[in-house]
Amino acid sequence: MSTVVTAEIRAESPPAGVMAIGKMGIWWFLASEIMVFGGLIGSYVLYRLASAGAWSEMAHHVSTGIGATNTLVLLTSSLTMVLAHAAIEDEKRGRATLYLGLTVLGGLLFLGFKAIEYTTEISNGFTPLAGTFWSFYFTMTGLHGLHVLAGIIWIFALFLMAARGTLWPHTQQRVEYAGLYWHFVDIVWIFLFPLLYLSY
Amino acid sequence: MAVDPHTHAGPHLSFWRRYIFSTDHKVIGKQYLFLSLFMALVGGLLAYMMRWQLAWPETAIPGAGWIPEPTAFDGVIPPEFYNALVTMHGTIMVFFVAMPLLLGGLGNFLIPLMVGASDMAFPRLNMMSFWTFFTASMVLLASFFVPGGAAAAGWTGYPPLSADPTYTGVDWGITLWLLALALEFASFLMGGINFLTTAISMRAPGLSMMRLPLMVWMQMSAAVVFMLSVGPLIAGAVLLLLDRTAGTSFFVATRGGDPLLWQHLFWFFGHPEVYVILLPGLGAILEVLPVFSRKPVFGYRPIVYAAIAASVLSFIVWAHHMFVSGMNFKLVMPFSITTILISVPFTLIVLAMIATIWRGALRFTTPMLFALGTLGVFIVGGLTGIFLGSAPADIFLHDTAFVVAHFHYTLFSAVIFGGFAGIYYWFPKMFGRLMNELLGKIHFAFTFIGFNLVFGPMFLLGIGGQMRRIYNPMQYDFLKPQQPLNEFITIAAIILLLGQLPFIINFFWSMFRGNLAGRNPWQANTLEWAAPSPPPHGNFETPPRVYHSPYGYSQPGTSEDWLPQYQPLEKSTA
Ligand code: HEM
Ligand SMILES: [Cu+2]
Repeated sequence: MSTVVTAEIRAESPPAGVMAIGKMGIWWFLASEIMVFGGLIGSYVLYRLASAGAWSEMAHHVSTGIGATNTLVLLTSSLTMVLAHAAIEDEKRGRATLYLGLTVLGGLLFLGFKAIEYTTEISNGFTPLAGTFWSFYFTMTGLHGLHVLAGIIWIFALFLMAARGTLWPHTQQRVEYAGLYWHFVDIVWIFLFPLLYLSY
Repeated sequence: MAVDPHTHAGPHLSFWRRYIFSTDHKVIGKQYLFLSLFMALVGGLLAYMMRWQLAWPETAIPGAGWIPEPTAFDGVIPPEFYNALVTMHGTIMVFFVAMPLLLGGLGNFLIPLMVGASDMAFPRLNMMSFWTFFTASMVLLASFFVPGGAAAAGWTGYPPLSADPTYTGVDWGITLWLLALALEFASFLMGGINFLTTAISMRAPGLSMMRLPLMVWMQMSAAVVFMLSVGPLIAGAVLLLLDRTAGTSFFVATRGGDPLLWQHLFWFFGHPEVYVILLPGLGAILEVLPVFSRKPVFGYRPIVYAAIAASVLSFIVWAHHMFVSGMNFKLVMPFSITTILISVPFTLIVLAMIATIWRGALRFTTPMLFALGTLGVFIVGGLTGIFLGSAPADIFLHDTAFVVAHFHYTLFSAVIFGGFAGIYYWFPKMFGRLMNELLGKIHFAFTFIGFNLVFGPMFLLGIGGQMRRIYNPMQYDFLKPQQPLNEFITIAAIILLLGQLPFIINFFWSMFRGNLAGRNPWQANTLEWAAPSPPPHGNFETPPRVYHSPYGYSQPGTSEDWLPQYQPLEKSTA
């Protein structure tokens, strides 16, 4: 290669290292996920605005207490996920394993509370068919719950790898990617909580 | 490039891993291509049955006698099956031909080659994306054979028809239709992630964004548009599925829901979807036109910006499909304006195309003919779109054959003409052999003339008042005088369909017997032509470096009329 040519190439700054491909993949995935929940939330808001008393009558019967607790649970698990990532950066294997395990526990706790909520609501007659609010409530929390479940499985796999030491040294970024997803699930809940539990 | 999946790949792979469950983007591209061409055949045959019914209502359709009873009675199709034909034709053409052909096929094959990468960013995800799509296609085709027959609520699936079996007699069909669409969306979401990540993060050294071939830009825009528009429809599809299966009432007015919400969710996606198809179609001919005019693309940057502008605008025009739906009338004016606004970037792209071929040294090869055909047909489609964008005209023309003619002029141009331009142009790279030019030109003549004879008169039918999606125009006295036109269109449609035979023969014959193509038969500049034909697993023998923009044709100071992106300047200045 002549020097002229290399200069020509440098001037155009090689794209290598724009962003790790895994990370970019996750970001595009999350962008499309935002639009799925965006569609649901948008529809919900439109129906809510168009409906009068009956809706807020229905919305009175959600368990705001459990909802609030679950918000805390999820926020905490987001924090442990951040700590897991930090531990990975510091190459502290034991700590990383611990925090990944705690995150999984947080997710399970969230789903446990959700199950209690669902059963009490349904046994009180508030089934998905009890009115449009309830249809939305179960659809939105259900879809969110599925996302939580997927996150639990993903992070549990990372937990196992961390415990066995197979997460090192090449695949540590996976914790970061899973973390991005987990924060997304958390943020969706931050929107769902006021919309579903505080909107009456 | 973090993980290289090719170190362990190579000639020792088993047949299954090489051709069926391959992670090679080129094999996957070809799989998409074959499947989409097969689906095009299915979609075309459905169109033939529809057209026969419209021309000679309730007479036996030649060749349809074998279709069993509840669907067709000795080849005569009952009204319910006609509805299924319309629905499945539209669904197949948009989701199972256009997207897999232009994005799945051409996009998969070309993006890594054009950016100088060895494969897609996530090869295994890529394989999953194809097999998800394959499953979707099978589910869709299977729906012809379930109780109640295939989906019959139109390709837009409006509730309450689609939400409640009592309206249509459609039972399983719509449920499978929803399932098939869900799978296909998942598949193209995986594809979109791959396209964008590959094109942004895996470019060869020297390949800045503003040196990307326009095809890559168009594929990227299409992927972004798809990924950001499909979400609300996925949400809508979940709600519709629940309405059908669980008995909720999101869209059923009698139970307190709102059918208009579906239309908003559908068209928020549905209009951008048109650009998901259109942009790669235009991208293909933007590669073909400069090569066979031996001129640089006119206005590279404006074209890129126009594509981005059109992508952004596509998200705020959807309600032009709903002018007569009963939506809030205050929305009509803004949506009219944004719709007509979107013609500005497309006008710019079309003008740039014309300026590109202007005074070029044109070579009328088959890919060039199809590219010129795309341009001509698309202009008609675009112009008639402006009529429909203005609400007063649309209120008269809505749901008439005029609309059918309009969207075939835009979609057929992008998918079929643009798709064929791409296939003829990249065939040598895909299979290492050239297609036969004579057969190609015969194919073009039949397709171009046939197409215009089918859809040109449809504008007249529409202005004359013939509605869209009707089973039998002869039931309406005011349409009877137009019936000869209907017969003419159907004969032309048969010619158009038969005109595809030369292509099928050419395609398979050339794949095995065509003249060897060599590395760069068209003397084109972009990176894919630096790889062998067909490129081996891993694409390039040595990773390419990029020195120029992709369209350096007939440049001053070069000894030849082309200047490959991968060749430093000194070599070509003798
Ligand atoms: C072989 C050439 C083709 C013929 C003869 C043909 C014919 C037709 C006919 C007769 C209809 C029904 C119009 C009505 O309802 O009155 C139709 C609808 C439609 N066609 Fe085509 N078509 C062809 C190719 C295509 C292609 C290539 C595409 C898109 C890529 C396409 C997309 C559609 C769509 C979206 C509909 C609307 C379906 C609905 O209303 O639900 N067609 N076509
Ligand atoms: Cu539109």
